[in-house]
Amino acid sequence: MASILANSTRVAFRAGASASSKAGVAGLTFTRGKATLPDLSYDYGALEPSISGKIMELHHKNHHNTYVNSYNTAVEQLQEAQHKGDIAAQIALKPAINFHGGGHLNHTLFWENLAPKSAGGGEPPSGALAQAIDSTFGSLKDFQSKVNTALAGIQGSGWAWLVKDKQTGQISIRTYANQDPVVGQFEPLLGIDAWEHAYYLQYQNRKAEYFQAIWDVINWKTVEKRFQ
Amino acid sequence: MASQQHTLPPLPYAYDALEPVISKQIMELHHQKHHQTYVNNLNAALSSHVTATQANDVPSLIALQQKIKFNGGGHINHSLFWKNLTPQGTPGNDITSAAPSLGSAINSRWGSQKAFQEAFNATLLGIQGSGWGWLVSVGGPKGQLEIVTTKDQDPVASTDVPLFGVDMWEHAYYLQYLNNKAGYVQGIWSIINWAEAEKRYTAGIENPIKL
Repeated sequence: MASILANSTRVAFRAGASASSKAGVAGLTFTRGKATLPDLSYDYGALEPSISGKIMELHHKNHHNTYVNSYNTAVEQLQEAQHKGDIAAQIALKPAINFHGGGHLNHTLFWENLAPKSAGGGEPPSGALAQAIDSTFGSLKDFQSKVNTALAGIQGSGWAWLVKDKQTGQISIRTYANQDPVVGQFEPLLGIDAWEHAYYLQYQNRKAEYFQAIWDVINWKTVEKRFQ
Repeated sequence: MASQQHTLPPLPYAYDALEPVISKQIMELHHQKHHQTYVNNLNAALSSHVTATQANDVPSLIALQQKIKFNGGGHINHSLFWKNLTPQGTPGNDITSAAPSLGSAINSRWGSQKAFQEAFNATLLGIQGSGWGWLVSVGGPKGQLEIVTTKDQDPVASTDVPLFGVDMWEHAYYLQYLNNKAGYVQGIWSIINWAEAEKRYTAGIENPIKL
């Protein structure tokens, strides 16, 4: 039975990985069918002063890692339920898969769409993406201000994303509650975490300052790749 | 008809009075900044509501509903929360002497105080995102006891009586407990105001943000 489980695990993750690679989640890594915490491509302190080293360390090593572990647990339970043919149990696990799997996807995308200033963070987009932003939102500045308004309007925990509509190719700003991932009709291009744990140690209730400062460390090269 | 403004209620204890369970810094920010912002945004939404009502502007009235729910809920929830906490060692802290009826109702519903706390803790830790955990009396005073959660700033259903609530937004604990929310949840039991919970259980609650 262990080998059956291991097999279906690999299949499940291959399917997940290939679906995600389209969306550009290059950093999703798996060991023996388990999701694992991806390394950051920069030091914890490298995004200062926009995001403090302490926030980055907790956010990556503790919060993100908890999503990874809880996702793996939920997937194990799901496989067991599938193995037993227990449909009710499989359905009951859906919120946990969505929340923890979403948390893993969202954070993985987030780390990759950030970069230290020394590595190009904050340097404006170019090419087709820059054109799409200008024609959709007026200018990069208008776009940023609309994202910041969307972020400030989130009632509770959640994320704001620049997304691309898979059918029309249009880009738009969308907010998602809690750890709901960008799946289905839309592809995630750029995500900003508006959970309090993403900024509270540094900005406390002044979240508008965090939303302002994060633009200095946005990795537009990553966003361009996802847009293509 | 200039509507009367809601104001931030004073805390019934000092900012540092809940230490070491909740730090002075958290209490100051939570009360003076977070709660105040809900009050301000509620007043703004209610004032827009008056204007929209006078203009019979139904689309605007509908658009305002969520703002009123979120900010009104934030004001209600925090007003209830401050009062259902009390410093360690105060008389309200002792469930046996402060909450005889509620205490026995808890025992008959969950078997023991400990089993109740474990169930409540598990519910709090299961919240995905921002929200609150509550012990409620269903349908009015002395009703059946239930543990419920409300997301974001949703208030408890108006038919039920919230006996006490625990704020599970990260701003309620993060500066002190970081990602260790289980530590916060464990600590909160030593500052629950059982006298207030008993009062709510036996007599119900008036509008918690009555002007």
